[in-house]
Amino acid sequence: MQMRRLLYALPILLLALFGWLAWRGLAPDRDPSALPSALIGKPVPQFDLPPLAADAAKLTAADVAGHVTVINFFASWCLPCKAEHPLLFELGKDYGVPVYGIAFKDRPADTAKYIQDMGSPYAKIGLDEGGRTGLDFGLMGVPETFILDKTGIVRYRLPMPLDADRMRNEIGPLLKSLQQ
Amino acid sequence: MKAWPWLLAILALVLNAHIALADVTDPTRDKPLADPAQEARARAFMHEIRCVVCQSQAIDESDAEIAAQLRNAIREQMAAGKNEDEIRDYLVARYGDFVLLKPPFKSSTLLLWVGPFVLVAIGFGVMLLQRRRKANATPEGAGLAPPELSESERARVNRLLAEGPDGSRGAS
Repeated sequence: MQMRRLLYALPILLLALFGWLAWRGLAPDRDPSALPSALIGKPVPQFDLPPLAADAAKLTAADVAGHVTVINFFASWCLPCKAEHPLLFELGKDYGVPVYGIAFKDRPADTAKYIQDMGSPYAKIGLDEGGRTGLDFGLMGVPETFILDKTGIVRYRLPMPLDADRMRNEIGPLLKSLQQ
Repeated sequence: MKAWPWLLAILALVLNAHIALADVTDPTRDKPLADPAQEARARAFMHEIRCVVCQSQAIDESDAEIAAQLRNAIREQMAAGKNEDEIRDYLVARYGDFVLLKPPFKSSTLLLWVGPFVLVAIGFGVMLLQRRRKANATPEGAGLAPPELSESERARVNRLLAEGPDGSRGAS
C-alpha cells in the first residue's frame, strides 16, 4: 500500500523536476552561449612571434613566465578592439601587470598604423599574421584577453571586449589575488 | 537588340575583376588539398566539427573566418599524414568538447547518452508489470469474485430467502 502511494507521487515529482530544470534554463543570469574555455587551468601554449618593429625582440612564451601577465589579442580591423583599447592602459597603470599584445591576422603595416594612432598599452607586441598562435589559444575572435598566473597557467579568459565594470569587479580582484 | 554583346562584355569584365579580387592572398581563404581523396576525407571530417562562433553549424558549412581557419588547419594536418583521431584531439585541446558536434561519451554526458534508453526501459518495465498483474488477477478470479459473506450477512441472506419471492408482505 505504501509502495503504491509512492508510485502515485512519482508524476508530481517528475513534473517538479522538469519545472525546476526549465526554470533554471530560463534564469536571466544564465548565458547559454557562454562557453567553457579549454585552456583554463592549463599552461599557456607555446608561441614565438615576430615583433612589430624590425629591431625589437620577438614575443615568445618565455616573456610571460615568472610573473602575472595579460595577453591581449587584437587587430587593426577589429572595431571592438578600439573600444577596449583605453582600458588596456589601465591594466598596466593600476595593477602593474605587463600586457602583451598579439596582433591577430593583421597586416604588419596596418598594425603599426593602429598602434601609432592609438598608442601602445603593450609591453611587447607579437605578430600572428597566419593566425596559428590564435588557434593554439582556442581563439574565437578578437579581441580576446587571457590572464596568466606566475607559473604561466591560464587563469582567466575573456572572449569579448573589456569593459570598465568587468575590470573593476572581475579582472581587478583576480589580478590582485594572483599577484599575492 | 544589339545591346546584349555589350552586356556580356561588361559582365565578363565584372566577373573577372571579382575573381581577381578573390585571389588576394588571405589566411582565411580555403585552400583545398591537391589530392581529391584526401580533400574528400577532410571535408567529411569537417562535418563533425562545430563552428565555435556559430554554435549549431559545422565548420564545413560556415562562412565564418574562424571556420575557414579551422578548415585549413585540418587540411594541413591531413596533408601531414595525421588521422581523424589525432586532429580531433588537437582541436579538443584548444576549443574543448564544444568543438565536436557529436558529444563524447563520458561521465558528464552519461545522462545525455543513456537517459533515453533508461526512460524506454522504465516504460517497458511498467508495461510488463501491469500486464503481469492483469494476468495474475483474472484466472484466480480474485478481482471479480464477490467477497466472502460475514456471519451476520449470511444470516440476513437466509432470512430474506425464507421470506419467499413476494417479499415480506405475502409471507407473514
